[in-house]
Amino acid sequence: MGLIRQVLIITAKDLRAELRTKEAVNAALAFAVMILVLFSFAFDPDADTTKMIGGGLLWIVFAFAGTLVLNRSFARELPNDCLDALVAAPISGAVLFLGKALANYLLVTAVELVALPVFGILYNVRWYRQFWPVMLVLALGTWGITVIGTIFSALTVNIRLREVMLPMLTYPMLVPALMGAMRLTTDLVQGKPIDDESAVWLKLLISFDVIYTAVSLLLVETVLVG
Amino acid sequence: MRDKILYFLGVVAFVILARDIYVIARFPAEANQGYAFKILFFHLPAWAAAGTAVTTALVTSVMFLATKNFKYDATAVAATEVGVAFISVGLVTGSIWGRVIWGIWWTWDARLTSALVLWLLYAGYLMLRHAIEEPTQRATFAAVFSIFAFIDVPIVYFSIRWWRTQHPSPVFFSSSGSFPPDWSTVMLWNILAIVMLAVVIVAVRLRQEETQREIDYLRRLAHAI
Repeated sequence: MGLIRQVLIITAKDLRAELRTKEAVNAALAFAVMILVLFSFAFDPDADTTKMIGGGLLWIVFAFAGTLVLNRSFARELPNDCLDALVAAPISGAVLFLGKALANYLLVTAVELVALPVFGILYNVRWYRQFWPVMLVLALGTWGITVIGTIFSALTVNIRLREVMLPMLTYPMLVPALMGAMRLTTDLVQGKPIDDESAVWLKLLISFDVIYTAVSLLLVETVLVG
Repeated sequence: MRDKILYFLGVVAFVILARDIYVIARFPAEANQGYAFKILFFHLPAWAAAGTAVTTALVTSVMFLATKNFKYDATAVAATEVGVAFISVGLVTGSIWGRVIWGIWWTWDARLTSALVLWLLYAGYLMLRHAIEEPTQRATFAAVFSIFAFIDVPIVYFSIRWWRTQHPSPVFFSSSGSFPPDWSTVMLWNILAIVMLAVVIVAVRLRQEETQREIDYLRRLAHAI
């Protein structure tokens, strides 16, 4: 069985399990909308302010809502000792990690794709003027959140205070990725294209994704098996 | 034997430190900064000690994963704890200096922000350890996290540096520096003293960790009987 097929089987399994209950996705969506509403009280949501902090606001929403999905990723395997079965399955830790990361990626992206138009409507932002660049930033930033979130989800699955520990560990680690995504998104929703100056942030996002995907693949076996 | 070396190192560190404080106290006021610059003689060494500590933590974490020898895990946790303490010293002394010179406690400049993220990361490491009961799992997970955290530091630093930076650029030991040579000498001595102090604290903490492990072992043995 090819490695890609093994990865896809894990992904399909995770997606199926999630879509049957929809507990993480629904919670994340409701949470995302709620933060969007709460932020309208934190500052005066007029056109100028929204332009200035729109990107930052969006990525805070994505990071917070994403954590809800990621928290469930390994915790879902705890009942009936499914995690032990997965670790004992004839696949490598890297395959298991990639499969789960891919499933999380799709779920988090789905939540974001719903939250983005809601943000556009509530804050009167025409974010779609540069549709494809926004999608590119979304794809890269989300992979950063997902890859760090998935490996730390595996790290925190068995410990006390799991729900608190995951964001405590991931957010400081995600600072560079979130910063790059925020800067780019703020520019893009204002209608500014990606120029030489902002391309630096795009490179940062790509390097962050590549470095942490590599390190995670290297260390995931240690995390799962010990 | 190890104790004697430790006591000796500690005493030497204190003697150098006392002498440095005496010398620094008698420095005249600097033209632009008045007396506030003197805190730099502790700010910079604190960062030197913190840097040494987190690098030690990285090396011992990797060694633990490679060998599964708990000696390295104990060193990693000892070094990280001391590192977090010295990062706190660096942040606090920097903040006091900023209040006097800039008029503000804090600014979201590159180095300050990276330092704060660094503190958060390693505080997270200590929290992670507290949350795991099983020693092997605790050591393994903590080591993995330590590697992730260490990789993050340069990325954070360079990413934040693309914003305008407000932190004064280094004036020591560089050709463009405006620091008098005898001040640089005192600074070097103080770095030596404080790094030595950090080493002693790490060693003391390490011994504590080893004793703890022995107690745990004896307790399990007693339960087994």
